[in-house]
Amino acid sequence: MKTLSKGLDKEKVRKISKFKNEPEWMMKYRLESYDLFASKKMPEWGPEIDIKLDNITYYKKVFDKIENNWDNVDKDVKATFTDIGLRKAEEEYLAGVHVQYESEGLYSNMLKELRDKNVIFLDTDTALKKHPEIFKKYFGKLVKNDDNKFAALNSAVWSGGTFIYVPPHTKLDRPLQSYFRIDSKNMGQFERTLIIVDEDSDLHYIEGCTAPTYSDDALHAAVVEIFVEKNARCRYTTIQNWSNNVYNLVTKRAIVEEGGTMEWVDGNIGSKVTMKYPACILKGDYSKGTCTTIALADSMQIQDTGAKMIHIGKHTKSNILSKSIARGGGNASYRGLVKITKNAAHSYANVKCDTIILDDKSKSDTFPTNICKNNESSIEHEATVSKIDPKQLFYLMSRGISEDKATELLIMGFIDAFREELPLEYAVELNQLLKGETSIECKR
Amino acid sequence: MLEIKDLTIKVENKIVLNKFNLTINDGEIHVIMGPNGVGKSSLTKVIMAEPNYKVISGDIIYNGESILNLSTDERARKGIFLAMQNPLEIDGVTNSDFLRTAISSINQKNVNLYSFIKKLDEAKADLKMPDEMVHRSINKGFSGGEKKKNEILQMKMLNPSFVMLDEIDSGVDVDALKIVGDNLNNYKKENKDISYLIITHYTHLLRYVKPDFVHVLKEGKVVKTGSYELAKQIEDNGFNFDKIVSSANTGSDQSE
Repeated sequence: MKTLSKGLDKEKVRKISKFKNEPEWMMKYRLESYDLFASKKMPEWGPEIDIKLDNITYYKKVFDKIENNWDNVDKDVKATFTDIGLRKAEEEYLAGVHVQYESEGLYSNMLKELRDKNVIFLDTDTALKKHPEIFKKYFGKLVKNDDNKFAALNSAVWSGGTFIYVPPHTKLDRPLQSYFRIDSKNMGQFERTLIIVDEDSDLHYIEGCTAPTYSDDALHAAVVEIFVEKNARCRYTTIQNWSNNVYNLVTKRAIVEEGGTMEWVDGNIGSKVTMKYPACILKGDYSKGTCTTIALADSMQIQDTGAKMIHIGKHTKSNILSKSIARGGGNASYRGLVKITKNAAHSYANVKCDTIILDDKSKSDTFPTNICKNNESSIEHEATVSKIDPKQLFYLMSRGISEDKATELLIMGFIDAFREELPLEYAVELNQLLKGETSIECKR
Repeated sequence: MLEIKDLTIKVENKIVLNKFNLTINDGEIHVIMGPNGVGKSSLTKVIMAEPNYKVISGDIIYNGESILNLSTDERARKGIFLAMQNPLEIDGVTNSDFLRTAISSINQKNVNLYSFIKKLDEAKADLKMPDEMVHRSINKGFSGGEKKKNEILQMKMLNPSFVMLDEIDSGVDVDALKIVGDNLNNYKKENKDISYLIITHYTHLLRYVKPDFVHVLKEGKVVKTGSYELAKQIEDNGFNFDKIVSSANTGSDQSE
């Protein structure tokens, strides 16, 4: 096992790179990123991030190599992934699975037919070694290491994550999935995901994350970069169910070329503080971006989530649908940006954010920024904040349904538009999660 | 059997029923008529424990037990059903999920999917409702008539023993009204002991569903009780109470 002591300095950054036997340019990039991280301030907006960065373990490698057969995986760890249903999903439903445990990959496998099509689905470290040209071409180009403090941190200490390259004219019939798990106390997970969907290709990627509960805070600061080439489509589905002591500070961004489509489907359950605003840069003409999100803020939780849509190409379209639920004193807020630039003529953006607040202790705010710089384009914005409608509750209860169950039905109804975007298996699971019938750990 | 004893209720600080008495025996069909705002709907809502309707005094006894302390869902699970005047639309909750949840709540066990689908198919056919309605959100995009038929569909699925129909005939065209009437009659035929409490302004529905008692309500009290004949008189004369009360001394008068 290779573990760094708590806290971070330049020497530790160098060590991570050495552990990984990385090329010189990556070590330099990491060190430069560390300087940026050290000099950048915490975000001056949004929820307070009161995390003791010196108390975090930034790198921990538990297993020596990535297996492609579950029989070779540590028995207890294997049992965990069996329990959360991942192995069943792999057999029945997925085209490939990648698992990250703490800082490094643990298991990776993909259907042979995808290998035959030259699809690359690897952990990001292996991709750097096996496919250096393509890696260097894209890595850090969309989310630069000076983007924000936590993107800088990720760029300095990143480990693991998913690398996907789909060659031109390739359609994947089934999704690929990665699963990230933190099992150690005070652990930081900094995976780096890089996805390239080449011209005229189609990918559905699913990401799941969990961590068990510890009394001390953990940090998840991921960076996701997605390149959607001409006429390609990428759908990125995440259901995150972090335990309630995880700071979840993630930078997710996609750039979409002509005629391409990027679809974010983003579910945020759990964590202590989540700050996440998946972005689409609609660079090419006729490109499209959508972001469908739900956030559930329970007791002591802050979900500060939303989306960003930057229209650069002409005739571009974007759609944001955000559904937030606040209960038990939680805070679920929408923060979003839509910008239609001067050149992006004949573009259209639609933003709809709905919040339901289940009790008087909970709260929600909406922080939308909508900018339209040309006269041929338009932005529509609609926001609602509601409580459970007592009349609807009465109607359901008058049919014998208890108040709790009726409330649950109404919440399910509230997020129906999100559930419809999920593969059936995940929709069922989301129901379980929201009902609180499972423990803090999500199934996938 | 439902017994309402000296019931006084209040909504938004206004007394809407005042020392109201009514007994409905198993198997009976009662009709309450009266102009708007006399407390007809309030009666059904207080029986169903709608939170805005507060009982000031009196009691509601169902099958020998007071139900005043029971919540809406507990009353429903005792077999009390209210077909509402304005059935709500609930976005995102499908009729199918709703009905399955309701049935499993009432039976306190999971629904057998096969028998559920079979029963639902029959009920849909009986009411001439489109097949795909089960997968649509509750009452979403339904016409007025479809909403009312959906109330009857729920009744048939949930098997209640005491059924209140609050203006089930309003907003319903002639064909739909006949379908509703036929279904009410068939349900009664299949379940002899069930009783209906029908709230209406008109006698249209009563051409299909023959009542045992007709009550006329005024200012929160029953001012006249009679048979189906009384309903016909009202249709001829309107709610001209002086005339009705003086001319119809044939029926028994429960309100005294």
